[in-house]
Amino acid sequence: MSDAAIKNQTDVEEPALLTYLGFLRRSLWLVTEGSLLYYAWMMALTAIALVGANAWAHQVADGMITTNMTDYVSWGLYIANFTFCEGLAVGGVLMVIAAYLYDDDDMHQVVFIGQAIAIAAIVMCTLFVTVDLGRPDRSWHLIPIIGKSNWPISMMTWDIVVLNGYLLLNLHIVGYLLYIRYRGKQPNPTWYIPFIYVSIGWAISIQTVTAFLYCGLGGRPFWNTALLAPRFLASTFVSGPAFIILVMRIMRVLGVYAAPPGPAQMLIRVIRIAMIINLIMMFSEFFTLFYAGGDHAVAGTYLFFGLHGHHALVPWIWTAVCCDILGTILFFLPGAMERGNIRIAACVLCIAGVWIEKGMGLIVPGFVPSTLHQLVEYLPSLSEWKVSTGIWAFGLMLITASLKLIINVLTGRLHQRPSRTRRRPPRSWLTQRLSR
Amino acid sequence: MTDQQTTISLPVLGEVSRRTAMKGAGATLGAAAFVAAIAPLRHLGESLTADEFMQRHYKELSAEDKRAVLARLEAETASEYGAEVRIGDLRPIPGTKFVYAINLSVCNGNGACVEACHRENNHDRATNQSYIRVLEMPKGTMDMEQGNTTYQHPVPADDRFYMPVQCQQCDEPPCVDVCPVEATWKEDDGIVVVDYNWCIGCRYCEAACPYHARRFNWKAPEVPAAEINPDQGYLSNRIRPQGVVEKCHYCLHRTRAGRLPACLEACPTGARVFGNILDPDSEVRWLLKNKRVFILKEHLGTQPAFFYFSDD
Ligand code: SF4
Ligand code: SF4
Repeated sequence: MSDAAIKNQTDVEEPALLTYLGFLRRSLWLVTEGSLLYYAWMMALTAIALVGANAWAHQVADGMITTNMTDYVSWGLYIANFTFCEGLAVGGVLMVIAAYLYDDDDMHQVVFIGQAIAIAAIVMCTLFVTVDLGRPDRSWHLIPIIGKSNWPISMMTWDIVVLNGYLLLNLHIVGYLLYIRYRGKQPNPTWYIPFIYVSIGWAISIQTVTAFLYCGLGGRPFWNTALLAPRFLASTFVSGPAFIILVMRIMRVLGVYAAPPGPAQMLIRVIRIAMIINLIMMFSEFFTLFYAGGDHAVAGTYLFFGLHGHHALVPWIWTAVCCDILGTILFFLPGAMERGNIRIAACVLCIAGVWIEKGMGLIVPGFVPSTLHQLVEYLPSLSEWKVSTGIWAFGLMLITASLKLIINVLTGRLHQRPSRTRRRPPRSWLTQRLSR
Repeated sequence: MTDQQTTISLPVLGEVSRRTAMKGAGATLGAAAFVAAIAPLRHLGESLTADEFMQRHYKELSAEDKRAVLARLEAETASEYGAEVRIGDLRPIPGTKFVYAINLSVCNGNGACVEACHRENNHDRATNQSYIRVLEMPKGTMDMEQGNTTYQHPVPADDRFYMPVQCQQCDEPPCVDVCPVEATWKEDDGIVVVDYNWCIGCRYCEAACPYHARRFNWKAPEVPAAEINPDQGYLSNRIRPQGVVEKCHYCLHRTRAGRLPACLEACPTGARVFGNILDPDSEVRWLLKNKRVFILKEHLGTQPAFFYFSDD
């Protein structure tokens, strides 16, 4: 009786802010807690991320001369990765569409995976842009009002706006749902359903804006094609879902979380269609480039066959083509619908294919030959690889930590402790848990 | 109830604090490793003054701000490069629109303009940077793919003509449109300029320019003190910081003071003509009216203020 009375009392007394801070504190504790394997994984990633941070620090101090970029090829591995990660962020929206627009129950259970990946991917995007800046100390110039935004003319300003908007949307949706679950309450639809719908449209717009970033440049014939935005979307719906399937498999193998079979199968059905569309568009691009020839064909020739003895990208792009085609064939095998190696191989191949085709295979030919038709090639420097790998490691850390947190909340392992224990010193909740 | 809890949790508390301690140690180690990893940034932090960091966009600077900024930059050049320079800030002359025209019949590809630009504009010595590239093209084609900018033989070669290319000061400049922070803009006399203290170095403008007119400072330029041109402008030839983009500015520190661009003065053939197109008596005006004139990549709609012509 008296306990209940105290509970009621504290429920009234404890301000929401405290509960929320408690949630954050306990989340932080949770993600720094785990098995030996977890520690080893996170520490390895930390080490890689630190190597990347170090390479970046040198780049900022000594100048971007540490990269292999030049005035001829002025964007490289960083922007290539940025483009790919943006696709990754958007890919998860498929799950959101299935879960919320089509009310797929199974999908509802796993939709958080897509959202967690989206959050990490956007953070990676931001980092890839930041490391590409010659003056990261001036990034505040990008902030509207404080800095000076060339809005709505510059597509990059648009991109920054939509990316950060998407990040906030996802943080809000995931954060809200988790927090409510943590408190053992029912989520209030008005607090998240509208945001879900907005986020769906938003995701599409992100890809479109990023494509516009390139295809809006009249001086770069290789990019200057209306097909770029649809191609981006199609390849996004390949790489995003494939990545999600891989993550789900890893979670199952580790015994952390066993997702129902439905969502993966649905994702594969989408990948099949998206990949076919992607290949058709690639072929159409190929045809237009080479049948008519002329200005537009030069960069394409360089990319696919090499030009005047320069062929740095040839092995890359044919690797991508092979990965894409092989991956697509594998996805169409009946075996892809079952849990097995075929599915995994198909996912890995398609991710690799899209990463090249949409990254190096898209960015670099935009600059080769240069606008005055000089042929200067580009392959990333060691420092660029270090920085990029570091960012990927950091992204994987984010994905791991956020998935761990989400799973613990969803399975009820992390929840608001009974209010009477709230008055105890901060660590008592764990004491209680451990003593159970 | 409370007593019971306390007794149970006592031994566990030890475990907890051990874990906390371990995590604390881990976090400290991680933080220390991070600080060590980004240590190269430290000396950068020392050289970046608060004034420089907080400096507003060129167009938002008051006259007083500008004076302070120019003085600071002069002092920086003195301490970093050991050269006494004067950095001015000439504004466009009302009623002026500068255009350039090049006589392709006369240009013989000797490259004096390239060299003059290199010296006038305090370009990095080691990379031999310049705002001008001269394309050597076979006679009978305008296809730049046949062009060559790295020719090393005596000029003029037979069956070749020479086409210098630099910033075309477009009237519809794509480089200005794409800049996310408005660090580059077109001034009233038609010159497209960059605020080197506002540019974030994203190089989007470099990707957007169809004439390969922009250069990025991949490292801080190195110029011996004795070779530094002391007559400098904030928006033109002052020594650029590392990590920002720059481009031809029609030597605005000279042309706005009534002088001619350095590349024109250096040209031994008289191929270069520069002037104010709004002035009815100017030579460029006469040329544009009477010669067969063309612009580069007209189909892109960039509307260059840079013309090519030939003697009939
Ligand atoms: S030539 Fe290039 S840099 Fe110069 S104004 Fe035109 S687009 Fe801008
Ligand atoms: S490099 Fe500088 S001038 Fe060019 S678009 Fe970026 S911020 Fe603007």
